[in-house]
Amino acid sequence: MTTAWIAGVGDTSFGRHEGVDTLDLMSAATRAALDDAGMTRADVDGVLTGYSTAMPHLMLASLFAEHFGLDPSYCHSMQMGGGTGCGLVMLAKLLVESGQCDTVLVAAGENRLTSTGGRDSVIQTLAQVGHATQEVPFGATIPGYYGLLASAYMAAYGITEEDLAELAVLMRTHAALHPGSHLTDPITVADVMASRPIATPLKLLDCCPISDGGVAVIVTADKTRSKGVRLAGAGQAHQHQHISAAPSLSQFGGGPAAARAFAQAGLTPKDVEVAGVYDSFTITAAILLEEIGLAERGEAAARARAGDFGPKGVLPLNTHGGLLSFGHSGVAGGMAHFVEVVRQMLGKADARQMPARPEIGFVHGDGGILSSHVSLLLTQS
Amino acid sequence: MRALLDRYRADAEAGRLAFQSCRACGANQAFLRPFCQACGSEDIDWRHAAGGGTVAAHSVLHRAPTPDYRAKVPYAIALVDLDEGVRVMTHADLDLSVGQRVALSFAPHESAEGTLHLPRVSAAE
Ligand SMILES: [Zn+2]
Repeated sequence: MTTAWIAGVGDTSFGRHEGVDTLDLMSAATRAALDDAGMTRADVDGVLTGYSTAMPHLMLASLFAEHFGLDPSYCHSMQMGGGTGCGLVMLAKLLVESGQCDTVLVAAGENRLTSTGGRDSVIQTLAQVGHATQEVPFGATIPGYYGLLASAYMAAYGITEEDLAELAVLMRTHAALHPGSHLTDPITVADVMASRPIATPLKLLDCCPISDGGVAVIVTADKTRSKGVRLAGAGQAHQHQHISAAPSLSQFGGGPAAARAFAQAGLTPKDVEVAGVYDSFTITAAILLEEIGLAERGEAAARARAGDFGPKGVLPLNTHGGLLSFGHSGVAGGMAHFVEVVRQMLGKADARQMPARPEIGFVHGDGGILSSHVSLLLTQS
Repeated sequence: MRALLDRYRADAEAGRLAFQSCRACGANQAFLRPFCQACGSEDIDWRHAAGGGTVAAHSVLHRAPTPDYRAKVPYAIALVDLDEGVRVMTHADLDLSVGQRVALSFAPHESAEGTLHLPRVSAAE
């Protein structure tokens, strides 16, 4: 079977980009990824995009292909909420492995922060991911849904709010070393605890910001045009959409998705040397790390406190700063973890670079309320 | 689905929390459908919660998504495991905790689509 290789990655800084739109950010990231790959737009025969809440177009992939001047033989969009970024990369892998495409561009970008209507409009739109008649009418919000599952998970495993705060501090520390990060002011556990309540037990600094930004990835069948990092495994799980209907409040699907990816790659969680794990809220990262098996149940915060997840720790995690501090720009936010893991594996993470280039990288994205899960495994050739 | 929702809301207005129960396999479901999610049977019965339950999850919201709720912050939502074996979202008293026994009631809420009668839980006596 053909192997799917990473040919290039590209991104914009995350944060406030006044006066640019979804297509501008997707174009900037794509241009950077093509440059990184040493490719031109004529090399691309597959185009995959997600969605943009700021530009809710019915055919975003076709729109972008036309806008950027691409002529793909395969092209469409995908919607899996925050799992979309990793889902797109998984699909690019399948398209290349099957022979359907030679070189697939995955592009995402959104002016989620500065779009018309601003943050309030985005927050109201996102809340509609809840059940229309049996959740949304209660005034539930995305932080509210995550506040609910945090309360259940913390009670089950004896986790405190101070524990969760460790993950926010970790991401901010990492973001300070990335010139493209949205939030870089140093914070402490006390700062997180003192930040204003949003949806208990989650406070402002337990929640990711809303950002503008773009990210692109190019996957190819041609090893000679790659940098030697391949997609070795991928897996998904989709156990529920609404939190009220989740079959469990401690097994959300991250575990099964990861297990499928590890099985495909012939690896285990113990083999992972660098990780990018979705962290829309501190609780998101804690649950996913523990359910996937990158930390024992209830131990994610203690591992963070001990320095295990820093660039020089035993398992560097979200070394770009994650959604919590690098920023969250929709589909691109979930792809930024992937780009950072690739950069660590290529030795291109600059000030964040691990002492030795990692051989095995793991990335996980989730969408909805820990609803849709995609895990990816990367290995050196 | 509209007819199912009308029936559910008429019960709510009368102070009863309705859920669906499958005559074929016995499964209960809180989200309304014209069939059983577990087995696919269309032989669906309706039942009403007796009013007792346990808090599975609880959150106090300080930021509201819509104008009707902006006037109410802080307010709490909960996932409640009804004694009948169905999990539902409800409004909740602010000071509840996970695992606590609760009692169900209904309260009207003025929303953009009119008056909704929404379930709410308080600490059990
Ligand atoms: Zn049934």
